[in-house]
Amino acid sequence: MAYKVSRPNLTFAEKIYLPSVLAGLRITLGHLWRMLRGKTHVVMQYPEEKWDSHLPEYYRGAPTLVRDEHGRTRCVSCQLCEFICPPRAIRIKPGEIPAGDKFGKVEKYPAEFDIDMLRCIYCGLCQEVCPEQAIFLQKQYALTGTARTQLMHNKEKLLEMGGIKTGLVNKWNEKK
Amino acid sequence: MNAILQFLHPLIDPASIPFLLWTTLAKSIGLLCIVLVMVSYTVYAERRVSSLIQDRLGPNRTGFPLSLFGNLFGIKWRDWSPILGGLGQPIADAVKLLLKEEFTPAFVKKFYFWIAPGLGIGAAIVSLAVIPFGSKIWGVDMVIANIDIGPLFVFAISSLGVYGIVLAGWSSNSKYPFLGAVRSTSQLISYELSLGLSVVPLFMIVGKLNLVDLVSYQVQNGWMILPGITAAKPHLPGTLGSYLIIVPILISFIVFTIAMFAETNRLPFDLPEGETELVGGYHTEYSSLKFALFFLGEYTAMITGSSFIVTLFLGAWHFPGIPEGGAPSLAGLLLGFVNIGVFFVKVIAFLLFFIAIRWTLPRFRYDQLMKLGWIYFFEIALVNIFLTALILAFVP
Repeated sequence: MAYKVSRPNLTFAEKIYLPSVLAGLRITLGHLWRMLRGKTHVVMQYPEEKWDSHLPEYYRGAPTLVRDEHGRTRCVSCQLCEFICPPRAIRIKPGEIPAGDKFGKVEKYPAEFDIDMLRCIYCGLCQEVCPEQAIFLQKQYALTGTARTQLMHNKEKLLEMGGIKTGLVNKWNEKK
Repeated sequence: MNAILQFLHPLIDPASIPFLLWTTLAKSIGLLCIVLVMVSYTVYAERRVSSLIQDRLGPNRTGFPLSLFGNLFGIKWRDWSPILGGLGQPIADAVKLLLKEEFTPAFVKKFYFWIAPGLGIGAAIVSLAVIPFGSKIWGVDMVIANIDIGPLFVFAISSLGVYGIVLAGWSSNSKYPFLGAVRSTSQLISYELSLGLSVVPLFMIVGKLNLVDLVSYQVQNGWMILPGITAAKPHLPGTLGSYLIIVPILISFIVFTIAMFAETNRLPFDLPEGETELVGGYHTEYSSLKFALFFLGEYTAMITGSSFIVTLFLGAWHFPGIPEGGAPSLAGLLLGFVNIGVFFVKVIAFLLFFIAIRWTLPRFRYDQLMKLGWIYFFEIALVNIFLTALILAFVP
């Protein structure tokens, strides 16, 4: 059955359309005027304004390695993060700390620690699984490079990005 | 050369021909420079004003050092960089379009495909020749060709612009450009009628078909749509006819403005392009500089249209309080340039109106467009002529 669509009954002002044009212009120019006075909230101007101060505490940026206040790399090379990493972005080559060393009791340290940032999915499982509080997803989010090799973060790069983190549980202190 | 000019215009004084030649050349080059710069900045203004209307910022990066206005001369200005930056955008656009690949599809009709973009922009620029864009500088009329058929010339040349679109659509040999071209042709032909008819009342009032005469009439009697705005006669002439005549002028102003929107393919009449329906319209197959020519042609047509409206209805270079320049003295010289400035300020204001309308009205449906053109505007313009005639004949 065919529907009979009822058309709205337009008033004369609506039929000649010009008042609607003026009403529309009022809205358009109102937006323009508000913008020109700087009253409109616009998007963040990225390179000048950064996200940094707006990021929440739980933000998951690039994974980094941290040192404790004694300057020791907290990682003991247990390789749990390597095993849990879903995209298998982490590669660790363990090394042994010689017995006479200041941190000799820790026994292991990562000789090599690579994270392929092209594979990393920022899931944070490495941070969650780490028994030593050695790897943290911090707030670096702008990772750029002109070659793939530049996004292969090695141990030095990860430690440099991580910096020193204090206030964590230092369970090796007594055994040093 | 002199013989040719004498043949073309036997009344001309042979001694004045060199002077005529070089002043015309200087005016042409000067106007072309102004208009081409204006075209590129109209494109920028379009993008910028559009985005400001939509609560965005628009292109604000490609700046001259002007974008550092924030701390100019060590004064703490308001930070204008989000507003003023990006003034270098037209240059960047031009470079981009120049460096793009000039791609001609294999299936096009080459000859017409190549001449189409030139026709569009050529028509728009040539019709600027008869528009009086200023009063006088050192006794020289600021109009390139002071001919007695000004508006006819503009209509004749600007309707040639449709050939650019038609040829582009046809020679592209592909369906969307063709549809765009067909729509455009019917649209331009429909609105040409009301465009032409709507200005007839003006010339009935003035009694001459010369645009310079029309402007000097407006200087003496006030602007067409605002009679009484004049330096010579600060008060309205008190007769009934002089008040009544405003009605047909207002009608013809509205009809002419709307028809001009349709002629320049601007929203709400941009059916030839209709991005959502026709990919890009008639210029779908064009790239690089040929596309740029279409683009610039469209904006030049906008400027030509605005100049024409300003000349016809808004008093051209006249502004109350600013006297006519042209006397051979420093003051006259400066006033001549001020008059040119006033003209272009009016044109720019009208261009901004064009842009504001673009974000105010949605596109018309095709049948609405045809109905509007043929059933309403054609009749209104026609009746308006008779109305003007009656007022002029019977009301003192």
